[in-house]
Amino acid sequence: MEKAIFLDNAATTRTDPEVVEAMAEWLGDNFGSPATLYAFGSQAKQAIEQARQHVADLIGADQKDLYFTSGATESNNWAIRGVAEALEEKGKHIITDQAEHHSILMPCRHLEKRGWDVTYLPVDGDGLVNPQDVADAIREDTVLVTLVHANHEIGTIQPVEEIGAITREKGVYLHVNAAQSVGHIPVDVEALSCDLLSLSGHKFYGPKGVGALYIRRGVRIVPWLLGGGQEKKRRAGTHNVPGIVGIGKAAELARRNIGPEMERLTALRDYMIELIEKNMDDIRLNGHRTKRLPNNVNVSIEGIEGESIMLSLSYPTAEKARPVFVSTGSACVSGTLEPSHILLALGLPAELAHGSVRMTLSRHDTREDAEYALNALFEVAERLRAMSPIYKRGAKQCASGSKGEGCDCEAAS
Amino acid sequence: MYTEQVMDHFQNPRNMGEVENADGVGEVGNPQCGDVMRITIKVDDDERIEDVKFKTLGCGAAIATSSMVTEMAKGKTLAEAQEISKKAVADALGGLPPQKMHCSNLASDGLKKAIEDYRSRHESK
Repeated sequence: MEKAIFLDNAATTRTDPEVVEAMAEWLGDNFGSPATLYAFGSQAKQAIEQARQHVADLIGADQKDLYFTSGATESNNWAIRGVAEALEEKGKHIITDQAEHHSILMPCRHLEKRGWDVTYLPVDGDGLVNPQDVADAIREDTVLVTLVHANHEIGTIQPVEEIGAITREKGVYLHVNAAQSVGHIPVDVEALSCDLLSLSGHKFYGPKGVGALYIRRGVRIVPWLLGGGQEKKRRAGTHNVPGIVGIGKAAELARRNIGPEMERLTALRDYMIELIEKNMDDIRLNGHRTKRLPNNVNVSIEGIEGESIMLSLSYPTAEKARPVFVSTGSACVSGTLEPSHILLALGLPAELAHGSVRMTLSRHDTREDAEYALNALFEVAERLRAMSPIYKRGAKQCASGSKGEGCDCEAAS
Repeated sequence: MYTEQVMDHFQNPRNMGEVENADGVGEVGNPQCGDVMRITIKVDDDERIEDVKFKTLGCGAAIATSSMVTEMAKGKTLAEAQEISKKAVADALGGLPPQKMHCSNLASDGLKKAIEDYRSRHESK
């Protein structure tokens, strides 16, 4: 099989060889626990603290305010549930938005079942939250605003600085899920005026299973895991030394490369969008055209379905063709039958949300790779549209939103 | 996730297209659910399905089940074809993931609808 083109980097990135090398040192003979006092273990502790410094430097934080976790999902859960538990005497209201990741929405729903009130702010057609809506939604009993920095699906970058100024003025904590932005665009906890910030190693060429939560000093939050005294008694459990060393190395590399890489990927992203718009009819760019991650291209293709596009690209029929890996917000891959809640929050009709394709670039992808992938996409889309009984004919039907027959999604979901 | 048979029918769909001057047409599904199938049939004087084709908007399972149902229906009498169930289509493909059974395996319904359409046209003559 020819070399694959991996365009699903919002899901996970390839671990950088320098990261792998750094981690390897802590996977073999050098297995001492950092919790011990003897030299064999204290070397591991030093390695952890060095990694903490690298990650803190990447987000402009003091390394004393950084806590290692298993990834952004854990960090998001800890931020929301930890603050909620610490502040429930003050109030039981949280603000978020409708286009958030499930690792934000699920903890919010969990709290709702326990008597909390959660405001889910709308987003506009590009996926942006209006800062004024945040200001208007803050009440006496609001304890936390939790928002994504850059959306994982459509790449839209939120006006977090403006929102941070509002939460700071109103004395409400701001948590930012920066899993997609850290390592790809400048992220600075001071500039964002945030109180908590989540990140994940495998999103910026580090290993899976390791992330961090920044907690500004003085923020009231309950410990996440109780047990030993690790992470200043806030997140117990023996440290994942190879993983932490890996995220530290990834942060060091990201800080070094971020400027030129942003510039290169932004140009490549815009070139891809231009090619798509030039070569395909009846498509929609999802997410903001310019306020978006440098590596994110997300389009809906009318008349076809996302999983079919994804499968066709990843299993090319021609022997010498290169597999192309993309993702989709269509329902079929999630197993729920409902298309992406994010695309629906933008106001897309379900039929367009079903036909979405997300291509997310990495530092390994070239212009040639992008052109190859898009040519493959154009061919696949043409073939699937020829197979579609509603393309062209279906435009009016889709717009009317009329229910067809034979499919009872509500009953099935 | 998908069996080899599903992937084979998805990548090399059989009988894709539209029967010209079809004797019966069945369309099922809903673009809001992500799946729409259109089955067209040609029926001979002995009420056998002489030709059958499909057009489908949908996921891998939707395309594969459409392709398979046309293969299963071809040459059968209308009475026999009407007995082809969703389960039979799924079994012929070596199984489908549970969440695909409902919306993505509408193919046998589409065939039944095409047969009903043929009968209603025939009766009205």
